Amino acid sequence: MIQRSRSSGNHVFYPRVAEPRTGSRDLEWVEASGDGVVYAVTVVHKRPPEKDYNVVLVDLAEGPRMMSRVDGIAPDAVKIGMPVKAGIVTEDGRSFVVFTPVTGALA
Amino acid sequence: MSIQAFPRGATAFVAGATFGMGEAPGFDSMDLAVHASLKALDKAGLTPADVDGLFVALPSDMMSQLTMAQYFGIQPSVMSNNRTGGSSFQTYAHMAALALAAGECDVALIAYGSNQRTASGKLISSTKPSIYQAPYKPMLPISAYALAASRHMHQYGTTREQLAEVAVAARKWANLNPDAFMHGALTIEDCLKARMISDPFTKNDCCLVTDGAAAVVMTRADRAKDHASRPAYLLGAGSATTHMEIASMPDLTVTAAVESGRRAYAHAGVGPKDIDVVEIYDAFTINTILFLEDLGFCPKGEGGRFVEGGAIAPGGKLAVNTNGGGLSCVHPGMYGLFTIVEAMEQVMGIAGDRQAKDVNLALSHGNGGTLSSQATLILGSEATL
Repeated sequence: MIQRSRSSGNHVFYPRVAEPRTGSRDLEWVEASGDGVVYAVTVVHKRPPEKDYNVVLVDLAEGPRMMSRVDGIAPDAVKIGMPVKAGIVTEDGRSFVVFTPVTGALA
Repeated sequence: MSIQAFPRGATAFVAGATFGMGEAPGFDSMDLAVHASLKALDKAGLTPADVDGLFVALPSDMMSQLTMAQYFGIQPSVMSNNRTGGSSFQTYAHMAALALAAGECDVALIAYGSNQRTASGKLISSTKPSIYQAPYKPMLPISAYALAASRHMHQYGTTREQLAEVAVAARKWANLNPDAFMHGALTIEDCLKARMISDPFTKNDCCLVTDGAAAVVMTRADRAKDHASRPAYLLGAGSATTHMEIASMPDLTVTAAVESGRRAYAHAGVGPKDIDVVEIYDAFTINTILFLEDLGFCPKGEGGRFVEGGAIAPGGKLAVNTNGGGLSCVHPGMYGLFTIVEAMEQVMGIAGDRQAKDVNLALSHGNGGTLSSQATLILGSEATL
């Protein structure tokens, strides 16, 4: 789910009480496509036994950008421009959105 | 307010000082800021009792202007503790200029101090990531700047070697500065081989974690020569912001320095080609590249190529971060004020072995948050008035 302004039709992330700039308080929750494209990526390097992991910014098909992680692929194989699909994971008792590469888009 | 409303050249930096550069065990952050302040006031022939405009930000004291006023036993008429991270000090100078010119105060003191290295050994941050970033465990602030670097590399072909050029140039300047924390040889190869922290940054792409304090004193231009033989006049100032957290930055390759720089140049009536020396907040190597572009020293996307071949090192085509910067001189958490001190000393012609030639115009640029807040000052000699 993602917020959208009824009057402007623009999507908003992160969730807030009003649309940026217009201040419109007519935000409703709508289904998100889950589609996105990696906009920027970094790999955080940890000392073993901790594993390296990636941190990405994903441009959502709806317009907004969010921080996330791309799973199902080696951290250093995540590339800018890669199409990704959202899913939800639960870690340390907290559920949040991560992405996986869109199958067939890796070539 | 029209762009002409800024009181160009009506105020001046008359003294500046640093204290406890590198490691300063046994002092708390306020002690360090007070030492730097007293050094600066001494140079200007002033005492704390003369200060009626007080601008100070300490890393962990959210009402540090009140604490410092209490410490000095003074009751300033104008105070600020505005928090825009490392750019706070440029915004203070901007506000101090307006207050001085309006007669709201006569002597403005801008101060900073931090004992982060001896107290914690870590970069102190007064902010925490929101719940929309925390689950992904970005190593902040490094990862935010690394994301910007990744985008710049993708869009413009900027290379790790070019990032390393920035670190190597900073070290070469630091080698000319006895107060710099890091001295010694540093090569591009050293940088590329160093421990990777958050791609594409190795530890050499990241600022130091040091103690340190700085202070500057400002007065109106009409009395500046009572306090300094060669004051550094404030010709222009501008600040701007694009976001708080990196995910909300509209374009990771374009910072609000475009806007802060535009305003500062417009106030000063000068452009990037006129600037003799550039002091910009280099928390990470990508900062120098982004700000050189956004402040008009080269076209967007050309920053990496611009710094190649020692172009911003001593003897290069543009003198950038002549004290050694946050990368090799000092970085006690909020580095912005050190760029003002260095710009001021360059205009005053008192920068010793690292003094750039014939400096009449210096640019000081602060950065706060994760490329979030940008603030620019243009300082000039008497000849530029």
